[in-house]
Amino acid sequence: MIIDLPSTTTAQVNSKLVEVRETGGAVALGRVLTLVIVTDDSAKTEDAIQAANEASREHPCRVIVLARGARKAAARLDAQIRVGGDAGASDVIVLRLYGPLADQAASCVVPLLLPDAPVVAWWPSEAPEVPAEDAIGQLATRRITDSAAEKNPIKALEARRKSYVDGDTDLAWTRLTNWRAQLASALDLPPYEKVTQAAVVGEADSPSSELLAGWFASRLNVPVSRAKATTGEGIVQVTLTRRSGAVDLLRPDGKTGTLTQPGQPDRRIALQRRSVKDCLAEELRRLDPDEIYEAALKAVPKVAKGRPGGAPAAKPAAKPAAKPAAKAKVPEAKEAAPAAEAKPKRAAAKKAPAKADS
Amino acid sequence: MSSWRNPLRDERDKRLPRIAGPCGLVIFGVTGDLSRKKLMPAIYDLANRGLLPPGFALTGFARRDWANEDFGEVVHQAVKDHARTPYRPEVWNQLSEGIRFVQGTFDDDNAFDNLAKTVRELDEQRGTGGNHAFYLSIPPSAFPVVTKQLARAGLAEQDAEQWRRVVIEKPFGHDLKSAKELNNVVNDVFPEDSVFRIDHYLGKETVQNILALRFANQMFEPIWNANYVDHVQITMAEDIGLGGRAGYYDGIGAARDVIQNHLLQLMALTAMEEPVSFHPRALRAEKIKVLSAARVPTPYDETCARGQYVGGWQGGQKVPGLLEEGGFAKDSKTETYAAITLEINTRRWAGVPFYLRHGKRLGRKVTEIAVVFKRAPHLPFDSTATEELGQNALVIRVQPDEGVTMRFGSKVPGNAMEVRDVTMDFGYGHAFTESSPEAYERLILDVLLGEPSLFPMNEEVELSWEILDPVLYNWAKQGMPESYAPGSWGPPSADQMLTRTGRHWRRP
Repeated sequence: MIIDLPSTTTAQVNSKLVEVRETGGAVALGRVLTLVIVTDDSAKTEDAIQAANEASREHPCRVIVLARGARKAAARLDAQIRVGGDAGASDVIVLRLYGPLADQAASCVVPLLLPDAPVVAWWPSEAPEVPAEDAIGQLATRRITDSAAEKNPIKALEARRKSYVDGDTDLAWTRLTNWRAQLASALDLPPYEKVTQAAVVGEADSPSSELLAGWFASRLNVPVSRAKATTGEGIVQVTLTRRSGAVDLLRPDGKTGTLTQPGQPDRRIALQRRSVKDCLAEELRRLDPDEIYEAALKAVPKVAKGRPGGAPAAKPAAKPAAKPAAKAKVPEAKEAAPAAEAKPKRAAAKKAPAKADS
Repeated sequence: MSSWRNPLRDERDKRLPRIAGPCGLVIFGVTGDLSRKKLMPAIYDLANRGLLPPGFALTGFARRDWANEDFGEVVHQAVKDHARTPYRPEVWNQLSEGIRFVQGTFDDDNAFDNLAKTVRELDEQRGTGGNHAFYLSIPPSAFPVVTKQLARAGLAEQDAEQWRRVVIEKPFGHDLKSAKELNNVVNDVFPEDSVFRIDHYLGKETVQNILALRFANQMFEPIWNANYVDHVQITMAEDIGLGGRAGYYDGIGAARDVIQNHLLQLMALTAMEEPVSFHPRALRAEKIKVLSAARVPTPYDETCARGQYVGGWQGGQKVPGLLEEGGFAKDSKTETYAAITLEINTRRWAGVPFYLRHGKRLGRKVTEIAVVFKRAPHLPFDSTATEELGQNALVIRVQPDEGVTMRFGSKVPGNAMEVRDVTMDFGYGHAFTESSPEAYERLILDVLLGEPSLFPMNEEVELSWEILDPVLYNWAKQGMPESYAPGSWGPPSADQMLTRTGRHWRRP
């Protein structure tokens, strides 16, 4: 059921919600959190709502969508309430804010928050520079950003690092969970040897690759390099060097990974890229500070930017030769240029921060 | 190598799922219903969630004359029909590379040698590392021969580097004696810590939630004892009959089929003391304590009831009685409804009866645990004001519609002071279940991880039989069970069982 409330106030929205609950029978009150989605009013808004609805099947919640419309228009609040089949296991309140109101979104959110339940803020695309200081971010106990969805992902990740506060999290980190799980289990098995070197190869603008390398840097205390892949999507290859040989996980096609370990047959792993819905559901599973993410994020600058160690599409076992750490930076920038040009729309924005990054 | 600490693991890293180490699963009885509808889909769902090790191998063993590909096709169809998570070709391709089939009968030495060879090949080709679980989805009568064959072919041998585990399904015997025999047969070949007895109820999220509800909260535990609780009712009702299950059910009956395992386990989780930790050993110790303190009070004819459904109308359909169902003996004494009273001789529960009931063709399909509280010792109202007030109750709805219901008195709106029962529903389960894993997923994963908390061990099984045996013995001496109409809530004797003590069954 969808109820439109054009040009309204939050008091009216609230009384309508009570009315809907009374007429519609006992709509479950067992909601566990309020999810506030902050976007600009666009076609993408519906995608975000869809993902939230799916995630609500695991985490029943109230979803408040703040769709900020034209700043130049007259101040107005249009609301829409969705319950039942149109809202998964949540109730969805879409607030369209126009004019000066668009910058005063928090005032519209406060009256609609569920009593005594945690608040999670999610910026599906562009996030504020410092999420914790944003008006909505201040209301939330957990702030979810998505640096991969921003115009300049690497720069966004850099901003995340500088502004990190407990409760921040980023979907670029969530997308890594499967990779991290596979690599951690690979090290659970003999031979129990220390990792001496780690290398990550991934798309130039993949913040997940940066974070994965950061994770290694924070956990392993060994030289970690991050190189840019010329083909493939997202993360393409990870190599953990050990005395007896390297643990190597290669995913050239964004779907299936191949795990190579010395003395073991090659193993294939389904390692598809995760949907936003999956990532959001995982994010909502925990609301406490993620120390591991914090450490990985803060360790990103320790990672050496290197050239791709052995073309990733070729033999996976070819372990990257010991890489000159920081010095590789200058030649690398040139090397990376042709790859960047293959994607002209992002190339210009990317090069500068990529350098600033290290 | 116990000094090895994986640098990539950190207990604060709650996102990282536990993925089983390299291993394979061999299923006996792959052509059965359970295997197609539950096991194979659960394995795919686990793979889809990224929880199976890379290189996981699934081997089927059956009499059919199949090649690996034929078996692969069967699994494929089962996955497409019954899997919970969406079908992804890349996951399937990865899984299907590890599918093998071995043809043979249980008494065929060659077949088991072939199986041993297949398992060795898998270790080489897929890197399963000598770790294998054997899932016996077969009748218990075949256990002795299969376990012996496994031992003979060297498939049960394990060492520090490689594990072998065996998974068995209920029924775990039909009385104490047969259960002990069965345990001996299995323990002869596999040590008890390698035996995983599947009670799929324990894999359900809502059952595990009993522990969270009781031990993570402050508001329930103080009243969880004989001072406040009047009695407890544990119900598992099914609305379907037994058509097509005669081979398994005739002569077994409701008490052996469900009360002995599922309901006594639910009782144990409801009644046990707080474990000192959630370590499997601690949890089992508490369950064993409470099971050893439980017994059925005598006379059994008054504290227990049994029934058999007759033909009639149920839910808009004409249904046959048990004796008309195909495959059942025309004079079958098998009970399709059983209810027992339990007393638990501990300080916490002295004087609080636990009523356990299970039946087929009852009013509706429901499983729940109802903790019914005593009345308030003093009611400062006119007697007319509280006429309609019943006893407070806390109901854990296990399935369907998972959640918790509380029943308490509330003032009826109006000028007069009148108090009446209302219910408050916690419906987290509603939404939760859609994404929550199937019980079999959880249990299979726990087998592969070697995590035994959710599996009853031999001592629990034997204690449960000790509780139930005298009742079964008493029934065996008597004639036909009382009949009850389909769609009802059981035979009259079940109602009398409670009214005798001034109580009544809750209508679930």
